[in-house]
Amino acid sequence: MKSILGLIQRDLLLAYRRRGEATNAIIFFGLVVLLFPIGIGASERLLTEVAPGLIWIAALLATMLSLDDLFKEDFQDGTLEQWTLSPHSLVSFAWARLISHWIITSVPLILISPLFAMTLNLPAEAIGVLVLSLLLGTPLLIFVGGIGVALTTGLKKSSMLLPLLILPFYIPVLIFGASAVEVTAAGWSPAGQLYILGGLFVLGITLAPFAVASALKVSVSQ
Amino acid sequence: MCLNAKNLSCIRSHKALFSDLSFELSPGQLLLVEGKNGAGKTSLLKLLTGLRRPDSGLVTWNGCPISDPESDFRAQLAWLGHQNPLKEDQTALENLKTLGKIRPRNQTPLTEALKSVKLSHVKHKLVKTFSAGMKRRLALASLLITKAPLWILDEPQAALDKSGIALYESLAEAHLATGGMIIMTSHHAVNIDSDQLQVLDLGHE
Repeated sequence: MKSILGLIQRDLLLAYRRRGEATNAIIFFGLVVLLFPIGIGASERLLTEVAPGLIWIAALLATMLSLDDLFKEDFQDGTLEQWTLSPHSLVSFAWARLISHWIITSVPLILISPLFAMTLNLPAEAIGVLVLSLLLGTPLLIFVGGIGVALTTGLKKSSMLLPLLILPFYIPVLIFGASAVEVTAAGWSPAGQLYILGGLFVLGITLAPFAVASALKVSVSQ
Repeated sequence: MCLNAKNLSCIRSHKALFSDLSFELSPGQLLLVEGKNGAGKTSLLKLLTGLRRPDSGLVTWNGCPISDPESDFRAQLAWLGHQNPLKEDQTALENLKTLGKIRPRNQTPLTEALKSVKLSHVKHKLVKTFSAGMKRRLALASLLITKAPLWILDEPQAALDKSGIALYESLAEAHLATGGMIIMTSHHAVNIDSDQLQVLDLGHE
């Protein structure tokens, strides 16, 4: 447990010292959401209709772009080898890395999303559901995506392989996340969608670290 | 306490790097692995750490195979590859603190370890300002804060200057004197008492 906290602390410190890199995901997210109304014309009704899907797609792509670096540095400088050969389990390493990556890339995105939702004219009651669905959905995107990253970390050229591997698993998250916001905006209860997201969330954060750890072990032993 | 390798062989891209390699290492001894580039030195070390599985043969620690989940081998091992497991945006002290959390710690304070590798004057400087030799010395300092008796080091003297190499040799001698074991590769001769030294030659041109 102490080593997990130590690792999270290290990651947050490194992210703070490399603020420029850490803000890439959120800048991308903001650009997509803010350029969209300019591109399609700012009709209020149209924007309300596309807002849930738009914000969710932007969040998904921003998360996916940030994933590439998840284990790359630790793999290249030998930190990953150190963890593999330490008495600690690689699962705790995977867990700590995924959690700190979520804190660094997704938490700022979730915090700023109500602001973007307002610029897209999303009704007030749907904004709360949007934040909730992102809170459940973004950890899932990172934990499931982490499996793909761990598998491709040892490869030299893997830029297109990663999206191909993980996008199919992102689609359910996108469907239920966006749909929860959409039905709230239309005046219905989002409970069903949120329950399913919650179920996937629990499944993802409990099981994915084991898959990530096994995949990392394969990458290291090449 | 002993490390045993029996009939190890390693095949990479359909070519046998080495085969039927056996040796035993007991406390207070250093095994120096020599050989030309591409002879399989790093591959051998990775087999011995358990990072990679041998194509045939067995590595045992105290009679127990190192891949056995019951084995306490990992708690007894300190590995240093040819890269330094350091983060450029952290200071020397912060890096050492992180490395100290990975392996079982001994009582040596971090500042003491930095002093032994002559880096105490830059302990609060970011590692990206360091030269290659200083980074290597910092990585070596991480060996001093662990109680692991077995060091497996891939070219520990790489990037070190003359005084750095002498420093490494004195650290290695001190470790051997307390009953430690070292397996290392090197392109240089290692200045260590010949009773404590075993040499394994993987082949020259």
